[in-house]
Amino acid sequence: MSGTSEGLDAFERRWVNGAGGIELAVQEGGVADAPTVLLVHGYPDTSAVWDGVAGHLADRYHVVTYDVRGAGASGAPDDRRGYVLPLLVEDLAAVARKVSPSRPVHLVGHDWGSIQGWEAVTTERMAGRIRSYTSISGPGLDHVGRWFRARLTPRPRAVGPLLRQGLRSWYVGLFHLPGAALFWRLGGADAVSRGLVRLGELPEGTTPSPTLATDGARGVNLYRANIVRRLHRPADDRTTDVPVQLIVPSGDRYVTPALLDDTARWASRLWRRDVPGRHWLPRTAPDRVAGWIAELVDHAEGGPEPRTLARHRIHPDDRADRGRAGDRGKVVVVTGAGSGIGRQTALAFADRGAEVVAVDIDGEAAARTALLCRDLGVVATHHRVDVGDAEAMEALAKLVSHDHGGADVVVNNAGIGMAGGVLDTSVDDWERILRVNLWGVIHGSRLFARQMVDRGEGGHIVNVASAAAFTPSRGLPAYSTTKAAVLMLSECLRGELADADVGVTAICPGVVNTGIVTTTRFVGVGEGEEARRQRVTKRLYARRGFGPEKVADAIVRAVDRDSAVVPVTPEAHLARFVQRFAPGVSRRLARIDPAERM
Amino acid sequence: MPSGNGTVIGVNDLGGFREVQQLAYRCAEETAAALEPGVTEKEVAARMRRWLEGHGVDDWFHLPFAWFGDRTAFRGIRIPFQFFPSDRELEEGMPYILDCAPVRDGYTADIGYSGSLGHNPVLDRLLGDLAEHRALIVDQVRERRPLREVYEAVDALAARQGFENRHRKYPFRVIAHQVDRLPAPRRSRSPIVGRFGVRSLRWLARTSAVALRQGWSPLWNDTRFSDHPPRPGLWAVEPHLGLRGVGAKFEELLVVTDDDAFWLDDDLPHVRRWSRLAADAAAGIVDTAELPELPELPEVRS
Repeated sequence: MSGTSEGLDAFERRWVNGAGGIELAVQEGGVADAPTVLLVHGYPDTSAVWDGVAGHLADRYHVVTYDVRGAGASGAPDDRRGYVLPLLVEDLAAVARKVSPSRPVHLVGHDWGSIQGWEAVTTERMAGRIRSYTSISGPGLDHVGRWFRARLTPRPRAVGPLLRQGLRSWYVGLFHLPGAALFWRLGGADAVSRGLVRLGELPEGTTPSPTLATDGARGVNLYRANIVRRLHRPADDRTTDVPVQLIVPSGDRYVTPALLDDTARWASRLWRRDVPGRHWLPRTAPDRVAGWIAELVDHAEGGPEPRTLARHRIHPDDRADRGRAGDRGKVVVVTGAGSGIGRQTALAFADRGAEVVAVDIDGEAAARTALLCRDLGVVATHHRVDVGDAEAMEALAKLVSHDHGGADVVVNNAGIGMAGGVLDTSVDDWERILRVNLWGVIHGSRLFARQMVDRGEGGHIVNVASAAAFTPSRGLPAYSTTKAAVLMLSECLRGELADADVGVTAICPGVVNTGIVTTTRFVGVGEGEEARRQRVTKRLYARRGFGPEKVADAIVRAVDRDSAVVPVTPEAHLARFVQRFAPGVSRRLARIDPAERM
Repeated sequence: MPSGNGTVIGVNDLGGFREVQQLAYRCAEETAAALEPGVTEKEVAARMRRWLEGHGVDDWFHLPFAWFGDRTAFRGIRIPFQFFPSDRELEEGMPYILDCAPVRDGYTADIGYSGSLGHNPVLDRLLGDLAEHRALIVDQVRERRPLREVYEAVDALAARQGFENRHRKYPFRVIAHQVDRLPAPRRSRSPIVGRFGVRSLRWLARTSAVALRQGWSPLWNDTRFSDHPPRPGLWAVEPHLGLRGVGAKFEELLVVTDDDAFWLDDDLPHVRRWSRLAADAAAGIVDTAELPELPELPEVRS
């Protein structure tokens, strides 16, 4: 797609008569006979907010923006009554009729533009005139009214979201105070512009528009004409069958993501993208926004649903977490998926509808895991990969990006065990365990983190460390060292990726009954003794009776909650506690020689 | 042949056991065929009890159990009381397990029957792969491997298959327990305590006491009490596997002699099912899900 503002030079200005004879300034450009994408701006903005997005869309679509009544170059009504939503929808319908008389348009709204969009797709006025709708940071007002009502009944779980949204709506109350319009005219506009840039809401060197002072003052009427009435008496029949895509910036200071959790009640065909970013996403990430719009437009025009869109589909019957898309359509990559925790994790995600890419050095075992995932009703593939091999991991990452549209969750689980003192551990032993347990996690983390950041839709990386990461011992030094490194790697990566909305979790299971014991290398002893120790340990682990499926459930939960470090078994919690608050005890215990007790 | 408490099970006795085991499986099959959405575990357990008592069953090792949905994998079961039939309703696609242990004329059967209401691919997989366990168990017992090791071999096979061992949820983690011909009852009707027949419990307690002194256990699990060669007698063996919220098992009698072991009866629903699948496979009807895909990482186009 082409650049940003250069593309707009080719846009033509025309005038359309809106409701009540208000003159609307319309910009039109792009490919004349392609589907029409109609972009509606919010408050306090003008159509200039779409410059970047429109530029990116112009080489494939017929793109139209306009200044809504009271903003930019368009005319303004005489009083507050001229700003009620039905009139705004009349304007929208007039523009759509003019620029695309014979074909329905693809509507995109941001902020108040999005509120208008909801009004347009859920009421009769424009029935059949809208083929798809992409909504950014603006819920339907009746839906908001219903949302508040649903949470006003005293339920502890509803209080948090209610308070959070209430606090972020402070300005709405302010706009109802006398003098709000005057504030804009008496220098408030400059202060707002500077403030928004300083807060990081808007890119450096931009302002909402040169006409901000008048736009701000007039636009206050949007709130005064609509908010109280709609929130006081919200309609409960505002539904639509038009395909709707919600783009939900996680860092929106004005609209909390939770506010949109009930949207599936109102839109039968719904996609929801929770993405990193703030309120002015069309300005801060125009290329991504344009890409997301294009995906829905192409699908609504009859094209297949691309995987990158499908993973965001909300299926009303899913056990979706608080109205977010469940795991259906998500792509989950698991290493070491041929057995133990890895296999059970793959199955746990498959059970929640995710597509699974099962990776193991034992190709047959990975194939078996993929087979079981398919029994659970999902798409699953498998690959034989040595996680310690940088080239193989790069090939895997490329393949996941190319064939699956990238991963949503990556679980770096592959690992091997090694027991015996440092003095008995040879250089070869060290290299072997570092290669799998540390390098494997490094490769999986850096390659997939890069993809997630570039894609800009967030994601999650889970690294399976161990309770050994915070339990010094003379029995497991090599293993503990690699796992402590994995823990620290995960913590650092979490800090680095937070702004990109990529979560990172370190899982510290504890004593879990898996095959790792029977393949653990016991250094410094003969083969017979090694086999005996493996058997004894295996029995100990079996009697402990903590199955890998429980760790898998903990991993799924950790991704849902974006936890940082998750000890799983009680002994893992205890070990972490002791190491933190009684390191002396921890060191004392490290001196016990497990071999003497076998 | 000698058995737990010193009585001798003869060839005629085996016939008696086989008959009551056939009866119990017939009850499970007929009950399963009549299952409908909305029926509860309690109702189904009661149906089985009525059916069996109508067919001459006069006592119980334990009353019928029925588990639906994720209860087949013993999800959410922490205390033994929760094994008892609940008000869980059966739904389309749900797996179920029917388990009953009737006694007729002193002969005990203990059977487990797994199925699903409509199609459930996970249940089909579990049920199909249980065949390997049935072969493994009898093979290893024939080799006279310690029962504890047989248990561990079953565990290892389940792990290879990707399944969870669910029989470890049973009391004492048992995969099997011994049964024997019960002595004639003193009363016409023996009491039931917590779904278990008192006559059978008394027999089990007495046998356990004797066995412990002799260095073996009528309860077969993975502890040191089972670290002994297979003990001659009749064992009700019940490998129970799980995958996420789906569980499946079979339970039937294994005959162990001094130098051999065999399943009491091969004419059972799960065995017939495996033969049918094997015949299908031979005729070229293959489950497409079995076809391997992408065994190696292919060359990636950039």
